Amino acid sequence: MLKIKTPKSGKAKREIEKRAPKLVESGKKTLILQGTKTSNVLNAVLTEIYHLKKDSAVRYTRKNENIRPFESGGETSLEFFSLKTDCSIFVFGSHSKKRPDNLVIGRTYDHHIYDLVEVGVENFKSMESFTYDKKLSPKVGSKPFIAFIGEGFESVDELKHLKEVLLDLLRGEVVENLNLAGLDHAYICTAVSSNRVFFTHCAMRLKKSGTIVPRMELVEVGPSMDLVVRRHRLPNDSVRKEAMKTAKEQPKKKVKNVSQDVIQGKVGKIYVPDQQVGSVALPYKAKGLKRERREAKMKHETNDRAPKKQKENSE
Amino acid sequence: MGTQEHQIDLGHLLAFDPLHHFPSPPSSREELVKECLQKGTELVQSIADTLFNLPSTEDIDGPLVKLPPPTTRLPREKHLPKPKPPTKWELFAKAKGIKNRKKDKIVYDEQTGTWKRRHGYDRVNDDEDIPIIEAKMTDEAGEDPFAKRRAEKKKRVEKQGKNRLQNLKQAAKVGALPSHIQLAATALPITGTQTAPKKVSKNELEDVASMAATATASGGKFDKKLPGEKPEKHKGKYRKFLPVVEGTGIGSLEKQQTEKILNKLISKNSHEILNVDKAINMYNVKKEKKRKNRQGKDSSTSSKLKPKKQLQKKSLKKGTSKKGKSK
Repeated sequence: MLKIKTPKSGKAKREIEKRAPKLVESGKKTLILQGTKTSNVLNAVLTEIYHLKKDSAVRYTRKNENIRPFESGGETSLEFFSLKTDCSIFVFGSHSKKRPDNLVIGRTYDHHIYDLVEVGVENFKSMESFTYDKKLSPKVGSKPFIAFIGEGFESVDELKHLKEVLLDLLRGEVVENLNLAGLDHAYICTAVSSNRVFFTHCAMRLKKSGTIVPRMELVEVGPSMDLVVRRHRLPNDSVRKEAMKTAKEQPKKKVKNVSQDVIQGKVGKIYVPDQQVGSVALPYKAKGLKRERREAKMKHETNDRAPKKQKENSE
Repeated sequence: MGTQEHQIDLGHLLAFDPLHHFPSPPSSREELVKECLQKGTELVQSIADTLFNLPSTEDIDGPLVKLPPPTTRLPREKHLPKPKPPTKWELFAKAKGIKNRKKDKIVYDEQTGTWKRRHGYDRVNDDEDIPIIEAKMTDEAGEDPFAKRRAEKKKRVEKQGKNRLQNLKQAAKVGALPSHIQLAATALPITGTQTAPKKVSKNELEDVASMAATATASGGKFDKKLPGEKPEKHKGKYRKFLPVVEGTGIGSLEKQQTEKILNKLISKNSHEILNVDKAINMYNVKKEKKRKNRQGKDSSTSSKLKPKKQLQKKSLKKGTSKKGKSK
């Protein structure tokens, strides 16, 4: 016996539809959480990442002892959280003697772990330690520029994977129309060596130049850290193939009241509301109307004057 | 740094410089940071060059630019939505060539002469609004036509519900269930014969699993566990192994063990065995009890004696039951 369960309120239905798989996907939500032990540095890193992605991130502050992303049994909690919060990227921080200041950045596909990259954080400088003109500070939610420098990102397997994951993490929403006045920050990642990436966040100042294109000036603003790649897990081939599938180009949405005619070409329909001929105000005063008004006024006056006179008499 | 090839992905505002390598090693941290910023500025400038040259439309906040679709492919976060399979009615309509005709929401009602809505409150052609139903020759006497109509409508509604469930089950089989609908299994008790199968709780399942684990020699310690399964509570089997070296000859522990086993075996197979020691004990206890009773009757019963009596009673009962078993 099966029962059909449907949401009873419109709000619940809208929330469920937001989480349904769509043909074209918008930005991924990020889940930031920590393991058994964290250090000061790691706490600061996690909070700063949360601030950078304020609108599209969820921060969990409790210790999670049973999450071990790289072990086969330790992923169930992560998958459960990803299902409950509808987040498909997670940043998991933990600190141990063997792996100090450890960050595991992972992605999920259909709420199952897709791939993982483990990096260690070194030489971390928080947002507060940078001094700059406060007017330049970037706004939350603006689309960032992302720059990757270094041949390591192409030659080393782990750095290639890290590049893909960082791109997924740092890009904002996928938009079609971009407002050029709202570009104000950039992320720079440089491959210093074969396992170390220098990551920094800068605000952009657009200066006037001779041409349409303004001159860019970068001012270091946000957190800067060295990421040392420790381990990584690539996705299964079959899962990867399925995740990379793209939908066929959807036919453009039908525009209403427009049709194509073979002879006349593009034909549109315009609907005009009923004209109220009687109640339209005339732009000119008709002579006949004037006379009628005069007569009506006179009638009124005789009625009015009589009582007025009486009043005066009485007074 | 001459002409450098930057791979630019405008859809993501991404720039990648694959040709840069650091003259090893960068001297100090500040130098490194400066160089990175410089290179970064170059890359960002090159993106901006292409970006600002795109055709832009003027908007209230600033120039609006239509970004091209991104070139770097990133994995999706959820699977592609599967197309819904056609329902039974849709298949039938397609086969017969029935086209869906658009119906107006407001319909003219001849009876009242007003425009009424097609569905909902105060609708046109409402089944229940008919005040008089004329009797036909085929009707039986004493049958309520209004009740009959209501029953028929109820049947129709039920049939429709069943068809809807069937269509949803078909969709669920393919994996294309609409996102706001869930199919939940409800346990239906078979009336009269059995109660509904009880839902096994998590703790009960854990107990059963740990009981099953004792079937292996290692007590389930090395069994393959499902992700998320907790380690068993009773680890290992309870077995007592005698110490390897213990005194000379047959140690007392071994003697005790063998004695126990032999006694059990012999007691099972023999009939009418009298446990002499036990019999003597019981006889003695009974005698003492009698003596104490007599004493108690003579002297005033003190509370101290009473609990002792109860203990004796308990032991007697035990003795009798065991006696019965050994027989």
